[in-house]
Amino acid sequence: MSSTVSTTSAGRPARPAGRGRRRRLTFDRVSFFAVFLGVPLVIFLVFVVSPFVQAIYYSLTDWGGFSATMNFIGIDNYVKLFQDDTFLRSMRNSIILGLVVPFVTIVLALALATVVTVGGSGTGAVRGLTKSNLYRVVSFFPYAVPAIVIGIIWAQIYDPTTGILNAVLTHLGFDDAKNYAWLGDSRTAMAASIFVIVWSFVGFYMVLFIAGIRGVDPEIFESARLDGASRVRTAVSIVIPLIRDNIQTAYIYVGIAALDSFVYMAALNPDGGPQNSTLVMSQDLYTTAFTKGQFGYATSMGVMLAVVTLAFAALVFIVNAVTGGREKGSRR
Amino acid sequence: MTQTAVTEPTDTPRSAGQPRRRSNDRSVGFDVVAHIVLILWSLLVVLPLLWVFVSSFKTTKEALGNPLTWPHSFHWQNYATAWNESGVGPAFINTVIVVGCSLAIVMVLGAMCSYVLARFKFFGNRVIYYLMLVGLTFPPFLAIVPLFSILKNLSLLNTLGGLIVTYVAFALPFTVFFLHAFFRRLPFDVYEAAQVDGAGEWRTFFQVMLPMARPGMASVAIFNFLGLWNQFLLPTVLKPDDSVLTQAMSQFQSQAGYAVDFGALFAAVVITVAPVLVVYIIFQRQLRGSVVAGAVK
Repeated sequence: MSSTVSTTSAGRPARPAGRGRRRRLTFDRVSFFAVFLGVPLVIFLVFVVSPFVQAIYYSLTDWGGFSATMNFIGIDNYVKLFQDDTFLRSMRNSIILGLVVPFVTIVLALALATVVTVGGSGTGAVRGLTKSNLYRVVSFFPYAVPAIVIGIIWAQIYDPTTGILNAVLTHLGFDDAKNYAWLGDSRTAMAASIFVIVWSFVGFYMVLFIAGIRGVDPEIFESARLDGASRVRTAVSIVIPLIRDNIQTAYIYVGIAALDSFVYMAALNPDGGPQNSTLVMSQDLYTTAFTKGQFGYATSMGVMLAVVTLAFAALVFIVNAVTGGREKGSRR
Repeated sequence: MTQTAVTEPTDTPRSAGQPRRRSNDRSVGFDVVAHIVLILWSLLVVLPLLWVFVSSFKTTKEALGNPLTWPHSFHWQNYATAWNESGVGPAFINTVIVVGCSLAIVMVLGAMCSYVLARFKFFGNRVIYYLMLVGLTFPPFLAIVPLFSILKNLSLLNTLGGLIVTYVAFALPFTVFFLHAFFRRLPFDVYEAAQVDGAGEWRTFFQVMLPMARPGMASVAIFNFLGLWNQFLLPTVLKPDDSVLTQAMSQFQSQAGYAVDFGALFAAVVITVAPVLVVYIIFQRQLRGSVVAGAVK
């Protein structure tokens, strides 16, 4: 028993091998593994992994869509990509989104989640801020709205003449804002779009972090408080390390969504914005495939999008391992 | 630094009086700032939605006028127009069917898969886990064209069933990835106890481990529900004969671009958003309860 407990606290619960009662190949165990691992894995392989692999092949062809002709042309599509100014522009915009959106979103979400959970009564158990449930519920609203609808809403808000943003700004005395096209001016189009994406994400991750923090043993917070740790100190030294896994996962997930951004951008600026200032890779891909009918070329864009996305995920993993791995090893 | 706070035993004698009061004073200031920050944030979230709601009662003429004014009267006609012209009704039913089925399937499959990956050591475990991560980082855009032909070969194209399977497959990596963390944190001795008491692997999972993972399941289910509900790309390209809600909205937006019926557009937004918000508000109470129950345990 005690050996089991110690493996648990090491964070990698291992199957206690060599126990007499654990028979290897009972029907129970075989069927358990077959169903629990087999069924999800088959669906995953057929509908997610195999299209991915096929797409890599298509990207090496000049396939025009639903026609029968498909010639293998090697890496020609990729050579073409790096001479395609529009695509390079869209790639740059996507990378900007991938760098800015997750950082701003996670920092905001973490700050708000911490404020909600670490605040509140200074004595007794850490219950969190009073009435905080209302904030939590409200913050989550944007995530309950489909992205396409969020795009529609904010396109109306940003509208130069009928939008409420300029009306409010003009009302407050900012006369420059009158008829200013937030999405139609290359200076602000990207920032305005980023704002919309962050606005729609923060609540989701705030709720996620609150759930993560609430999942932490309350005694840890209480003992920190009894030891005299301030709230900021509690947040930085306890909350963040304890929900580190959640943060890493969330960071990757926001980044992936930001690198896609198709729905938001399509609703805010369907044509890629002024001087293509908000054109993203997914939009370029969609146009190339479904408007220009160049499926082979479009899938090579998709492969590049996947490469950028994987590089992003790897970067997050590396940064997390470098900054946190040491702490993790020495804790306990 | 962290270690001190984390491992300091809880049997530290509770010091009465002074230290307690000091932390109480500090907490009042903190709470005031916290409330101000949270109120500002909430306003930023609610005001745009409120504006849409108010605007949904405006006539087109009013919607094109000063955006800060209130509508003269409740122009309910917008809702009828939105309902009839945007096809929100049938699309809503389709969405409920597709999302309901795929959510149930993906939660069961995802929990089973992440449980096995999180708690059993076997050859290939990490490979599958990282494959899931790759699937998570995988841009759905890349899959669309091959996916189209796969569904076509399986005669699943243009069917709700095909859409459900695809939804399940694409929600699976997310589900596994998040539940993995929850299952890994569950105490191992409970599993041991169940085994000692003679429960098989199946029973141990469904009667012992799964109920313990309820907080995780609840939050992942909420996120999955909304992710699937809001799914836009898959239904658009896989084009089932019956369209789902997001498609209907998109189509209505492009129509509204020409007809400039902004009041009806806002009404359609409200029709789309309101039911989900209501479902969320009901469900979030359960989520909160199960989280608390999990913490108390």
